[in-house]
Amino acid sequence: MTEIRFSGFGGQGIIRCGLITGKALALYDNKHATMNQSFGPEARGSACSSQLVVSDDRVLYPYITQPEILVAMSQEAYDKYEPELREDGILIIDKDLVKPRPPRGKIKLFAIPATRFAEELGNRIIANLVMLGFFTAVTKIVTPDSMKKALPGLVPDRFLELNLKAFDRGYEYGLQVLAEKEKGQTKGKASAKKSKAKK
Amino acid sequence: MKAEDRLEERNPIEDLLRMDRIPHIWCPGCGIGTVVTSFAEALKKTDLDLDKVAVVSGIGCTGRVAGYIKLDSFHTTHGRAVAFATGLKLANPELKVVVFSGDGDLAGIGGNHLIHAARRNMDLVVICVNNFNYAMTGGQVAATTPLEANASTAPYGNFEFPFNLPFLMEAAGATYVARWTALHLRRVTMSIMEALQRKGFSFIEVITPCVTLYARRNRLGDGLNLLRYYYDNSEIQHGADTRQLDISFQGKIIVGKFVDKDKPTFLDAMNQHFTRVLGDDYQLYGRINHDRD
Amino acid sequence: MKKVKADPKGVLTGVHYLDGDYAIAEGALAAGCRFFAGYPITPSTETAERFAARIPKVGGVFIQMEDELGSIAALIGAAWGGKKAMTVTSGPGFSLMQENIGLACMMETPLVIANVQRGGPSTGLPTLAGQQDIMQARWGSHGDYEVIALAPDSPQECFDLTIEAFNLAETYRVPTFIMTDECVGHMHEKVVIPPAEEIEVVERKWYTGPKDKYLPYKLDKDGIPFMVKAGDGYRFHTTGLTHDERGYPVINAECQDWCVRHLCDKIRKNADKIIILEEDETDTAEVIVLSYGITSRVATRAVQKARDEGIKVGTLRLITVWPFAEKRIRELAPKVAAFVVPEINYGQIVFEVERCAAGQAKVIHVPHCGGWVHNPEDIYKAIKEAVK
Repeated sequence: MTEIRFSGFGGQGIIRCGLITGKALALYDNKHATMNQSFGPEARGSACSSQLVVSDDRVLYPYITQPEILVAMSQEAYDKYEPELREDGILIIDKDLVKPRPPRGKIKLFAIPATRFAEELGNRIIANLVMLGFFTAVTKIVTPDSMKKALPGLVPDRFLELNLKAFDRGYEYGLQVLAEKEKGQTKGKASAKKSKAKK
Repeated sequence: MKAEDRLEERNPIEDLLRMDRIPHIWCPGCGIGTVVTSFAEALKKTDLDLDKVAVVSGIGCTGRVAGYIKLDSFHTTHGRAVAFATGLKLANPELKVVVFSGDGDLAGIGGNHLIHAARRNMDLVVICVNNFNYAMTGGQVAATTPLEANASTAPYGNFEFPFNLPFLMEAAGATYVARWTALHLRRVTMSIMEALQRKGFSFIEVITPCVTLYARRNRLGDGLNLLRYYYDNSEIQHGADTRQLDISFQGKIIVGKFVDKDKPTFLDAMNQHFTRVLGDDYQLYGRINHDRD
Repeated sequence: MKKVKADPKGVLTGVHYLDGDYAIAEGALAAGCRFFAGYPITPSTETAERFAARIPKVGGVFIQMEDELGSIAALIGAAWGGKKAMTVTSGPGFSLMQENIGLACMMETPLVIANVQRGGPSTGLPTLAGQQDIMQARWGSHGDYEVIALAPDSPQECFDLTIEAFNLAETYRVPTFIMTDECVGHMHEKVVIPPAEEIEVVERKWYTGPKDKYLPYKLDKDGIPFMVKAGDGYRFHTTGLTHDERGYPVINAECQDWCVRHLCDKIRKNADKIIILEEDETDTAEVIVLSYGITSRVATRAVQKARDEGIKVGTLRLITVWPFAEKRIRELAPKVAAFVVPEINYGQIVFEVERCAAGQAKVIHVPHCGGWVHNPEDIYKAIKEAVK
């Protein structure tokens, strides 16, 4: 079972992130995926989040308790939800919008300028899709094909192409970051070995 | 009276009445029966298929009308007749739906439904028998009781400003508004006929004596006197400004047809709108009824 | 009872990712509902929104009424106009509907009301879950009557049970409730909508005999009167007053006795046919966790933990909450040590369980006053206490 929280401020398409991922997993990746959203009285602004429980068996408890994955697209959301993230979890942020504290425990941090990329593609409204592409690449919890299949019906038809482009942008960046991390890790491991050998 | 004599005294509208429920519960001198007669005559004079006319009443003396009319008839809950009629009409648009109820039911407890049905120009005929008080429960003050008039819950006289119903209805969007007294038999019949033959929200207020309660508490004489009094004190002013139609205690009553205008009904507006916006995707509603074959 | 295949126009066949509220709207459309009157109220509004978006392309009417009093009144009118009709609401709106729920019962009007429950009383918790209207569903209107209420625990069941609700409403000519809650209403999961030809819907029990012989409340062999709709030429009368077979008011004790007994007995005597339960390991259980709606899913987690420790726990899920599964609970009571009853309220269904257990088994309530689902740990502790 995996618990995921998408968070940001209202209007960023945070609920949509949960919906797309949930649909991709439940309909095309053969998982059980239960999506819930936190409702506040305000429709826009303020911290907003959607939560997804993913499992091979039926989801019994419908809410997340201690997420393995946190996506934060605003400082307020990061401040609010970071403390509940598992010590071995994955933290994904929009690096232009969130200034993270030094990482806690074994939390793996992945950062992307999602909103900036979206602006470069022509519309900041698709920052959530950039983020989803990135999320898909770095978490590997869902296949990119399923994510793309999930889009029709959840994004406006006339913006489907643009959303796909945004997804790809984020996904490619994710692969790149992963590759760099791996490189860094092997380098790190190698130097660790070296230092051990020295001892 | 022998049975055969009674036969000769057949009620001229008895084919439209549930004779197995007569005698009715209304007091001698009550004006509701007169309005029922006008309604029945109006029905006969139109060429409406009477199988397609339904009557909905709420609660109260006038609320009992649905129980006596031999058409599809619904005696519903207090205040909800207009909302019930809205559902009935929309579910089966080929019906002509008439709401027949009292002032307390329609404008007091049911006031919200009344104004909203008028706003939507729901295709309904609303006949509002106004006897200035809650009669079924014993003559309590109503939203229509004139200032100073006495009622069992206003034992020192009424100090609340009453509704001017034609003004309320016009403001809310009714496309046909008339007021008569019960003794204007032919005029009431004519107004109901007009309303039955047109589309849209029609509101007909009929001022009617409540002999047993309102008249007695206010020492206004017997039913016939009061009926005559209302008639004599009324003044026909077709097209009068509805803002000027307040009724004062035993004052002049302006009657007539005040509003008669065209506007798309709820269903027409719905069909037009969706056809325009959705084109061929829209399933035109209400022309054919597939529900029973 | 005449069953037919669903009208494909309303059936959105396929695999979807829907929340419970949307699934209710799809279930209604699949069941043949073509009239919806409603008033916005959190957390049920999405059902109305979905219906409003879908119905113009299916053929039917959506109307947003001025209040819930109007919604339920319009529903009854629409049902008598020949349509299958529904509304959706939450606690405060459900309260406003109570008077005319009585009228629907009295007039024997088939209709469906979904109550997406939130925490109460009063305005309470508009955006958070509760199961606090479950007794109101049974007793909310004045007088003696019976209704049917179903409690889905997932969006899929919201779809399935909405169809079932329409079928029951038509079969027994009674208002039927879908008693879900904010959690299920706003929860997105996979919902499979089968092809129309695989969906069975119950048609209204239309009268087809001679016009002059029609009596609106003459009971058929199965105890349910035939129905006609306005405009078919029967010139019938119906009323909220105590009435006889003709639908005419009769204000005395004898007619009241006939009327009330009929309204209640048509459900009570058919309870076995109406009630749907889901049981797991009840026959070998020392303790049975009895629950309904979302709470049963949460409870299963506690049950699994207890079973892992070797405790013999069974589960009994009330898919049909009303009429109440009293026969089954009476059967089980002598065989178990206890019933554990978690529910998102401060004590409602537990009293029914106590009544049926009649002292033969302990009944342990696990209350939750609303705003969230139970912590499974609390249910687990109650199971442990039950076998102590």
